[in-house]
Amino acid sequence: MTAVATSIRVRATPPVQYVLRIADTCLIHAQRLAEWCGHGPVLEEDIALTNMALDLVGQARALLTHAGRLEGQGFDEDQLAFLRDERQVFNLTLVEQPMRRSSAHAPGGDFADTVLRNFLLSTWLNGLWTRLMASSDADLAAIAGKAVKESRYHRQHAGDWVVRLGDGTEESAARLRAALERAWPYTHEMFKRDAVDTAAEAAGLGPARDALHADWQREVAAVFGDAGLDLPADTPFMSTGTLGRHSEHMGFILAEMQSLQRQHPGGHW
Amino acid sequence: MSTAPSEWPLWEIFVRPKAGLDHKHCGSLHAPDARMAVQLAREVYTRRQEGTSVWVVKSSDITASDPGDKDMLFDPMEDKVYRHPTFYELPDSVNHM
Repeated sequence: MTAVATSIRVRATPPVQYVLRIADTCLIHAQRLAEWCGHGPVLEEDIALTNMALDLVGQARALLTHAGRLEGQGFDEDQLAFLRDERQVFNLTLVEQPMRRSSAHAPGGDFADTVLRNFLLSTWLNGLWTRLMASSDADLAAIAGKAVKESRYHRQHAGDWVVRLGDGTEESAARLRAALERAWPYTHEMFKRDAVDTAAEAAGLGPARDALHADWQREVAAVFGDAGLDLPADTPFMSTGTLGRHSEHMGFILAEMQSLQRQHPGGHW
Repeated sequence: MSTAPSEWPLWEIFVRPKAGLDHKHCGSLHAPDARMAVQLAREVYTRRQEGTSVWVVKSSDITASDPGDKDMLFDPMEDKVYRHPTFYELPDSVNHM
């Protein structure tokens, strides 16, 4: 007989949810990047993708541990990662979209999707970490100080790939443009201010998401210029992963990530 | 020797383990250009804090001695022990020579 761990329920106060949004975005993006392990287009890039996934897991671990302290019921990083139900996970919807493997509802599965998403996200995270270094929360500022070096590298590496594909062959440019069309509607959520952002901003915990937009757009446009890509127009679609309302892909990725800890609570090796 | 045009060129990777030491050859990898070769060298060869600096050199830019000339080039040094600085007596105050 194996025990089955029951779900935990976190008290998602604004500061807890603010930190969990970042933690979960790093964690789910890491899981998607890790799907490349053993499947990279060349050995060297396979290792690069996995290294970046590990950087993001490290960031998520630090943030989850910190969120557990802020939350106050004594949950540790593993409980927060593996025992929360979908509605209590607050990542950006973009990161849960299929990346290496396509699905019926989300065509893709192209290396261009990986490169582009990694670039859009690492640019966003880099702007966020840079501002979080000035957080009134000393732990969060320290986590940001370490993470910003990693996101800077991710942005450069992914950005170089965007230019290489966009400015490469007709085939690579067409695939990159297709990947951009798929990803772009989900970027809207990256800059959506809500009550959680406003509370974090007022407390000096960190920036509201809309404050990240101008720098992000400038940096993305500069790389797109070199890649021969136009910045797409904004779309009205607004995804809601940061509110805990996810796309149809979220259940599958959580099942893959959580099933082991749920069947063997506290299991380790 | 020719490589297929679709294949990335090979680069030789040199890593400096810490300030003050020399860059040492540690292996090779494929990369489309020098900038990406530096990034991928960082990924492949410095994952465990092995380095503080990386050099990359296109393998095809290296001119090497001919293995067939090994006898001619290197064997004559075998009996020239007087080229080693071991015939001097150093004062004790000279610690590191």
